[in-house]
Amino acid sequence: MNKVIEIEHLYKSFGDRKVLIDADLEVYEGENMVVLGRSGTGKSVLIKIIAGLLTADKGSVKVLGQEVTQLQKKELNELRLKIGFSFQNSALYDSMTVRENLEFPLVRNVRNMSRGEINKAVHKVLDSVSLLKSINQMPAELSGGQKKRIGIARTLIMNPKIMLYDEPTAGLDPITCIEINQLINEVKENYNTSSIIITHDLTCAKETGDRVAVLYEGNFKFQGTFDEVFKNPDPRIKNFYDYNFIENQKK
Amino acid sequence: MGSHSRKNLFSEKIDDWLIGFKDGADFLLLFFKETLSGNFEFKEFVNQCYRIGNSSLTLISLTGFVTGFVFTKQSRPSLESFGATSWLPSLVTIAIIRALAPLVTSLICAGKVGSSIGAELGSMKVTEQVDAMEVSAVNPIKFLVVTRVLATTITIPILSFYCALMAMIGVFLNVTTNEDTSLPAFLEQAFNSIIFLDMWTAVIKAVAYGFTIGIVGCYKGYNASNGTLGVGKAANSSVVLSMFLIFIEEVFIVQVTNWFR
Repeated sequence: MNKVIEIEHLYKSFGDRKVLIDADLEVYEGENMVVLGRSGTGKSVLIKIIAGLLTADKGSVKVLGQEVTQLQKKELNELRLKIGFSFQNSALYDSMTVRENLEFPLVRNVRNMSRGEINKAVHKVLDSVSLLKSINQMPAELSGGQKKRIGIARTLIMNPKIMLYDEPTAGLDPITCIEINQLINEVKENYNTSSIIITHDLTCAKETGDRVAVLYEGNFKFQGTFDEVFKNPDPRIKNFYDYNFIENQKK
Repeated sequence: MGSHSRKNLFSEKIDDWLIGFKDGADFLLLFFKETLSGNFEFKEFVNQCYRIGNSSLTLISLTGFVTGFVFTKQSRPSLESFGATSWLPSLVTIAIIRALAPLVTSLICAGKVGSSIGAELGSMKVTEQVDAMEVSAVNPIKFLVVTRVLATTITIPILSFYCALMAMIGVFLNVTTNEDTSLPAFLEQAFNSIIFLDMWTAVIKAVAYGFTIGIVGCYKGYNASNGTLGVGKAANSSVVLSMFLIFIEEVFIVQVTNWFR
């Protein structure tokens, strides 16, 4: 299988705080890779480096065969059109309706599209996240789960090859979490995407991940399928697993 | 606190100021680069012009009218003591065109428009909306900054002339209630001593103030951090810094234009 993302010896620090230390990760075509880790371990930093929002201190980040750290602005923007980024807080544009949010990347990146073609594309992605009825609503009128769905729809409108999900189930109720997990799997199936899913929710990891990588003290200490990783007797993994499920049971 | 730590604190402040100055200069260069690089967001620019004009119109109408009316009323006793009330329209008009209209308009807009730009961009920054634009290959400087700065640069001079008009109505109302003056006679007296340079000075001032309000608001908002606290700080410092710069520019432009009189 082809590698779509290849990260080698990646380093990133903020001042004295070292976040990523010699991190290596590979994501294959058509796979959902879940990156697990506690808050503040650098999970979001990792995908922001992949999308070119942050620059790495050292190391190599190859996305679809292109070295992100060496791309010019124009080349980076061309690559970004193939990457969908779903933000933790959805990051919908407050001053625009759902329709305008979805049209925004499309009309600016795909020139000479007719009004009819734009409408068709908007309706298609809204239908795929089951929110066609919200087309004329403002983001402030949507629930947290609806915002996440619209955020995902906004990235799907560009038909990305890679999806980066930043904490897709954070702050949502358990039923909405299940719906978002299903949506992530549907996106993979219907749009043939490869994804990195950043989360600390083990249910999300189990439901959506083909493979799991655990980020601990700046690098990926454990990688494999969910069962392979969590059968590991290492106390760091066991603690993470126990804590997550005990916390879930409490909820 | 020892003299050594006080010295450190002072040098840190100087460092912060110099870093801030460099960041500001970089932001200014980036603005010019993106403005001149094509693909102008015309629809967003028109939208911003409408928002700025529409949001400030009522306040500027009221402030302009009151400024003209009160300034005439307050100036009357002094001129009366010299028996020179006939100079009143001309004196007040010079003050309005040369200084009051651009200054009053820009100070109102610094508070109303500058804070709104700082808060809007600040909140977009901290809620990752600016990042969302970048990852969808849309240039946020072009869409957010260039449109807003150009909108303030063009709209504030228009508002400034509107403010002058409202102030002149205030002046006329005061003059006509005290003396039996017709509108044509008033206009002739008022604009008798206004020269072409006065009009140009007003335009230059309003353009400079408009640009300052836009670029400062965008800079502060675009560099906001630390959540909602940062948004509040961005809005507040947009107003404070733009007012400070407007006063400096006022002094500078008056000095320069006086050389040509």
